[in-house]
Amino acid sequence: MEPKKTFTYLMLIICGLVMVIPFVWMLTTAVKSQLEINKGNIGFLPLETETVYEDSKIRYRAKVIMEEADSCYVHLFDEEGKIIRKYQGITTASGKVVDEYMKVPQSAIKDITKIALHFENFVTAFNKVPFARYFLNTIIVSFSVVIGVVITGALAAYAFARMRFVGREFIFYFFISMMMVPQPVYLIPSYILLNYLGMIDTYYALIFPWITNIFTIFLLRQQFKTVPQELFDAAAIDGCSRFGILWKIVLPLSKSVLATAAIFGFIGSWNSFMWPLVMTDSPALRVLQVGLSYFSQEASSQTALLMAASTFSILPLLILFLFAQRQIISSFASSGLKG
Amino acid sequence: MVKKKLDFGPYLYILPAAVIIFLFRLIPIILSFVVSFFEWSITGVGKFIGIANYVQVLHDAEFWQSMLNTFYLVIFVVPIGLILALFFANLLNSIEKLKSFFRSVYFIPTVTSMVAISIVWKIMFNQQTGLINYFLGKIGIEPLGWLAESRGVFDLLLGSFGINFSSWIQSLSELVNIGYNTLYMILGGPSLALFSIIIVTIWKNLGYNTIIYLAGLQNIPEVYYEAARIDGANKFKQFFKITIPLISPTTYYVLMMTTITTFQVFSQIYLMTGPPIGGPLGTTKVIVYYLFDKGFGESNDLSYASAIALVLFAIILILTLLQRKLEKKVHY
Repeated sequence: MEPKKTFTYLMLIICGLVMVIPFVWMLTTAVKSQLEINKGNIGFLPLETETVYEDSKIRYRAKVIMEEADSCYVHLFDEEGKIIRKYQGITTASGKVVDEYMKVPQSAIKDITKIALHFENFVTAFNKVPFARYFLNTIIVSFSVVIGVVITGALAAYAFARMRFVGREFIFYFFISMMMVPQPVYLIPSYILLNYLGMIDTYYALIFPWITNIFTIFLLRQQFKTVPQELFDAAAIDGCSRFGILWKIVLPLSKSVLATAAIFGFIGSWNSFMWPLVMTDSPALRVLQVGLSYFSQEASSQTALLMAASTFSILPLLILFLFAQRQIISSFASSGLKG
Repeated sequence: MVKKKLDFGPYLYILPAAVIIFLFRLIPIILSFVVSFFEWSITGVGKFIGIANYVQVLHDAEFWQSMLNTFYLVIFVVPIGLILALFFANLLNSIEKLKSFFRSVYFIPTVTSMVAISIVWKIMFNQQTGLINYFLGKIGIEPLGWLAESRGVFDLLLGSFGINFSSWIQSLSELVNIGYNTLYMILGGPSLALFSIIIVTIWKNLGYNTIIYLAGLQNIPEVYYEAARIDGANKFKQFFKITIPLISPTTYYVLMMTTITTFQVFSQIYLMTGPPIGGPLGTTKVIVYYLFDKGFGESNDLSYASAIALVLFAIILILTLLQRKLEKKVHY
């Protein structure tokens, strides 16, 4: 390879590492034991150091209690971490018999470092707060939003693209101008309004305001305009109704843009945070992002559990991304071409 | 074919979308003006107070600090983010092998939730158990305070060269008769804590901006570059004389999007800073968090929060118009 290409790939790899290292570290920290993290084991490998007693026959985990010149007193533990007392020679120097303390030669005590994967952290984190409920809430909300966005978007875009009526341009540009208003601006009055409508702290507050996406209307309108007029004429001659044309001809021809709209709607809804944080109060209605946020406050010192929770909360979208990379990236790219 | 006199059909098709937009966009916006002119709490409407809220905003030191912090966020995130994105889009555009692989890798943060990202980065920035100080330690740099550090980055930078920044500010403060804290906030730059937020925000945006730039680059016809090569222009010249001018519509779009979204940063602040959120010493309090806190925090002052929201809206609107003017100048 020529040196310039090598430089290019080197830069791309470095930047790629910067992009993925947080995720890799999240994963490796998620499977560490909290004890190791607190001891200062920060690197990527989930290593664990343990002291063991080993002779020709057996091997136990050990904890050194007291050391002498060439021997020491230890607790021995079995696999589950319980103290065991089966070993012979449990007499201390003073001649007393103490069951838990054992004198063993120094040479039989070793430190072993090995990789230990605490997958149980995922289960612990998942059950510590009702994450199953949070997932369910998020799924209910995001699926409702996606269905709503696609239906309202397709209907409105069909009218804007293929029908003539008084005020069409005005209404369309009015919609577009509403898109310019940033969310924090209507957050507070929406709260007042939803409170007045009795929707605060219900699913409705999370779903209704989002079942129309103006950008989706815009995107679908562009697409519907590209459907050739001949198809409409032919269908009209065959006696196809206006809705029939949308359903049987326009939508099947617009699958890719519909997928784009659904993807935007789903990712946006799945990841939205400030809105559900403000509009819901009861723990049973927490969506994943809000639940995760509360969990991060409650378990702020439990790094491993936090990382485990972060991992399984981003997993669904990562899997979606893995299977639909091309579609997702080109969807986002198309959002920039004519914004 | 006989035409009906009045066809309500089209309006029925628009109706669902129109109802939602009317109810949950237009009415709230009108309502927010109304609310900002009245005393208002969750119990209901109070007395008319006119522009009192807006007058109070102007005299609110916390508001100005939040504005300054937001401003810092924007002026660091936008240019750095743009330059990095253009750089990586160019690198991606110049390779064939593994192109889509790298593209996907850069894109992962874009589809990931800001909440999870904030949690991970907060732990990465941790002074004792964070990955960043661990890396710095490996190359022999002393651990930094990151999210816990309220001192400005310019102060820290000059300090590392042995310059006593605060004594400068002290003497300047006496000279121009402006309070020490105010001067320090402005001249010290964003706190290291805010700078940590800046890093995360750039990182999160980078993939999206790169993809947008890449799409823009692929739209530049290859013939321009061929002509330039024939004329003997080197890569450097090609980049500045062809790429930069022809990519300017994309630059305009990315600039506008990044500016607007950076003005609305909330989740990072809410999850990564504090306690109290916005700390240390309020150096990471941004405008959207401030209005959230005013509206739904202890004071529960929805009226004042609405006024702040509208000021934010005005600022974003003015910036959009200014950038549109700029666009006319740079559009080819």
